[in-house]
Amino acid sequence: MGIRGIAANEQIVIPVATRRRSSFVTRYSLLLSLLPAIAVVALFLIGGVGFAFAQSLGAFALVGDSELTLRHYADVLRDPDFIGALLLSLRIAAVSTLLALICSTGLAMILRQRLYADGPLRLLFQLPLPIPHLVGALGITFVVSQSGVLARLLHALGLLRDRADFPLLVADPYGIGIVLVYVWKEVPFITLLLLAALAGIGERYDDAARTLGASGWQRFRHVLLPLLLPAMLSASLIVFAFTFGSFDVPLVMGRTYPKALSVWIYERFSDVDLNERPEAMAVSVLVTFVAAVFVVAYGALSRRTLARGR
Amino acid sequence: MTDRRGARTAVIAIWVLLVVLPLMPLFVWSAAFAWRWPALLPSEWGWRAWRYVVSPTTGVRGGLTGSVGIALLTTAAALALGAPAGIVLGRATFRGKRAVELLLLAPFIVPGLVVTMGIQILFIRLGLTDTVRGVVLAHIMPALPYVVVSVAGVAANIGTQAEEQARTLGASPWRAFWHVTVPMLRPGLAVGGLFAFLVSWSQYTTTLIIGGGKVQTLPLLVYTFTRSGDNPVAAALAIVFVAPAIVALVIAARSLRDRNATAGRV
Repeated sequence: MGIRGIAANEQIVIPVATRRRSSFVTRYSLLLSLLPAIAVVALFLIGGVGFAFAQSLGAFALVGDSELTLRHYADVLRDPDFIGALLLSLRIAAVSTLLALICSTGLAMILRQRLYADGPLRLLFQLPLPIPHLVGALGITFVVSQSGVLARLLHALGLLRDRADFPLLVADPYGIGIVLVYVWKEVPFITLLLLAALAGIGERYDDAARTLGASGWQRFRHVLLPLLLPAMLSASLIVFAFTFGSFDVPLVMGRTYPKALSVWIYERFSDVDLNERPEAMAVSVLVTFVAAVFVVAYGALSRRTLARGR
Repeated sequence: MTDRRGARTAVIAIWVLLVVLPLMPLFVWSAAFAWRWPALLPSEWGWRAWRYVVSPTTGVRGGLTGSVGIALLTTAAALALGAPAGIVLGRATFRGKRAVELLLLAPFIVPGLVVTMGIQILFIRLGLTDTVRGVVLAHIMPALPYVVVSVAGVAANIGTQAEEQARTLGASPWRAFWHVTVPMLRPGLAVGGLFAFLVSWSQYTTTLIIGGGKVQTLPLLVYTFTRSGDNPVAAALAIVFVAPAIVALVIAARSLRDRNATAGRV
């Protein structure tokens, strides 16, 4: 798709109405406007993934001869470290997405009340949105690590004798700390998407159900939830794909074994032994494939276009 | 009824507390000289970390100018490349539009680590690794979708009517576009630019791989000090790192409110 689809400009049909009114958007300005953005994304996306794929097959080797082989894929798939990393990343992404989705749905149901429509509260709950993951990871480490603020508070209250008794939440085997950062960071994002969807749904159905005597829970379960489902699904897809491939949070909060998949990839990529690189690329290609499936699923799910999105 | 309202307010209050809680220790740590277990507050306060951050000899300044310069260049490039696409996607319909949208939004989902690792070999051959130019180029892709989405949203809202009226009154197509549509697009351009700046500002992976450690930015410094266990300096750097994000949030919220207010009046 991409450049080729557009380059065949016979394909582009501008609605007759727009053309007749001689708006600035003409056939050529349409092409000229879209091409730079498409070119950049296509170059990086297709180029980046393409080069990764080529390197995973053994091309562009930095040492030794380049020979094309599927050996690196076979090696990786048999590596128990890889399987461990894959499972950990899948688990972190699934748990983070599910927890964030549950919290966001609850928050959205409350925040949609007119009472909270505009005000400092709404701004405050969005606070994590622009904050870099790295800062979130550092802050949450300061709170939940074994010598963190929580452990100190519990100790001051006499509920904790030694910091070693505090549960291991950072660099723990299950990635709990990482999940906490993702939930903290993604709840505002999902909530905003859900609030936008709720605004589009409006009050009519809710009011109709209320008139018919439905309780609050019934209205949520049988009226709002089915209407919200598409927005919930597309938000979950984005968050799952993002948390699955994200790198900086597990780098700061992860442990040496098992590692998150992204960290596993990066360590092989930057290994002194350049022969490790093709394996890193092979796993990258697999991760990209998963991400691509998600992009397509997202596209199929969200019927609304950018123009109608607002 | 008031009971339920009270419960709702309580839930919101707890959530706001949870949101703010992780940011509090950053401020305490940045002003701590010694904060040993199990003290609730630092036993010794001191400005060592902040002195380190503002000192001209520690390399923090280089990281700061690097971050600001790279983010500004990325913002300019992302606006130049993304705004035209956003305008078209916001108000024109054409065959293949879904595919174009999907492609332009794909960087939201496709992991930056993978793309950057793949493209690095090309950047090496082009001599772009270890340079600011290369890092800016690598930042454009993740920043671009934000510009496209914000501009498309505003463009779809304002439509083409005003521009057509200007045309009817005799303005040339270019004049009508430049003097009528572009000013109306300003909120979209502002929010998109803001997001582009923040995306570049927060990039860690791409800078690390393409910059090869030669190009210093704030997130690289934050990571270095986090890893070395120097909590006060890491916290102080994190506060500097997070400051533009907070400012941006307030500006974006205000511009959205202004836009809603304007839309309400029209």
